[in-house]
Amino acid sequence: MAEAAIGAGLSGALLLIALRDETDSNLTALKVSQVTRWLVDLFSLIMTVLIGWVLWLTIYVEPVERLAPLANAMLEHSGVSNPVTAVLLNYRGYDTLLELVVVLAAVLGVMVVGRERRGYRQAGPVFCGLVHWLVPLLIVTAGYLLWIGAHTPGGAFQAGATLAAAGIVLRLAGNDAAGLPEGMWLRWLLVAGIGLFLTVGLGVTLNDGQFLQYPKAWSGTLILLIESAATASIAAALVLAYRGGRPDGWLSVADKDNDREVSS
Amino acid sequence: MTQALIYALTGAVLFMLGVRSTLLRDSLLARILGLNVSGAGIFLIFVSLAYRGDSMPTDPIPHALVLTGLVVAISATALALALNRRLREMDDE
Repeated sequence: MAEAAIGAGLSGALLLIALRDETDSNLTALKVSQVTRWLVDLFSLIMTVLIGWVLWLTIYVEPVERLAPLANAMLEHSGVSNPVTAVLLNYRGYDTLLELVVVLAAVLGVMVVGRERRGYRQAGPVFCGLVHWLVPLLIVTAGYLLWIGAHTPGGAFQAGATLAAAGIVLRLAGNDAAGLPEGMWLRWLLVAGIGLFLTVGLGVTLNDGQFLQYPKAWSGTLILLIESAATASIAAALVLAYRGGRPDGWLSVADKDNDREVSS
Repeated sequence: MTQALIYALTGAVLFMLGVRSTLLRDSLLARILGLNVSGAGIFLIFVSLAYRGDSMPTDPIPHALVLTGLVVAISATALALALNRRLREMDDE
C-alpha cells in the first residue's frame, strides 16, 4: 500500500520533529495503581478478542452484501477508470470536500497556536547535491501520481504527500520557507483545493441542479482539475504543519502584541 | 481469505495496543503516538476487509475510506502536536 507508506512517512517526520522539542524525553508510565493497569490490560485483551471475533464473522460467516459490484458497474459513467478515485471524487465527492475542509481547519489550528520552529542551517555540499536532484524528481513523481490516479492507484493525496516530502527535504536543507510562497499567495494556495471543489460543485449545480453531480462528458476533466488543486492545498498544509506554526509575519499585529507581552 | 483474517487480526491487536498506551502513558507525545498506532490498526482492518479473494477485484470503498482517513489522521496529529508544543512552551514560562 503506497498510500499507507506515504502516510506513515509523513507522520513519522512530524512525530520525529515533535520529539526534538521534548526537552525531557522520559516517556514514563502514568502514576496509576497496579489494579488500574491490570484492569486496562484486561479491557484491552477482551476488546481485542471481541474485535477479532467480529472480523472472523465478517470474513467467514456473514454473506456480505457489498457496494463493490455497484461501484464497479457504474465506473464507466464516472469519468475515470480507477474505482478508488471514482469513489473519492465522484460517488462520494462530499467526503473528499469535507476532508479538505478538515485539513484546512487543522492547519489553521496549527497556525493559531504557535509560531513556526526555527529553520535549519544551510546544508553541506553533499546534501545540497542530493537536494538538487531529489526535489525535481519528487515534483515530477507527484505530477505522475496525480495523472495516473485516473486509472491506477494514485491520486491527489499520494501526489500531495510526495510534494510535501519535497518541501520537507528543502526545509531540512536550510530553505526556511520549504518552497512555499509568502503572504497572500500562501493563503490562496491553502484554500485552492476547497475553492475549486466548491466552484465546480456550484457550477454543476447551476448547470443541472444537483450539487457535485458532474455532467458525464466533463467528469474526467473536472476530476483532474479538482485533484490538481487539492494536491497543491494538501501539500501546502502538510508542509506548514511540518514547519510547526504560522510563518513569521503572518499576522503582523498579533505577533507584535505577543512580543510586547513576552518582553514586559 | 485466511490471509485477510491474519491482517485484520493484526489490525485489531495494533488498535488495542494503541488504545492501551494512550490510556496508560504519561507523556502527551506518547499518547498522540498511541492514537496514531490505533489508527494504523483500523486502516489495516479496513484494507484487509477490502480483499475479496484472488478472483475478484478489491472493494474500492474501504480503500477510499482509508485514504480519506489517512489525510484526516495526519491533520489531527499535526494539530495535536502543535497543541502539545504550545502546552510545553506555556509550562516553561
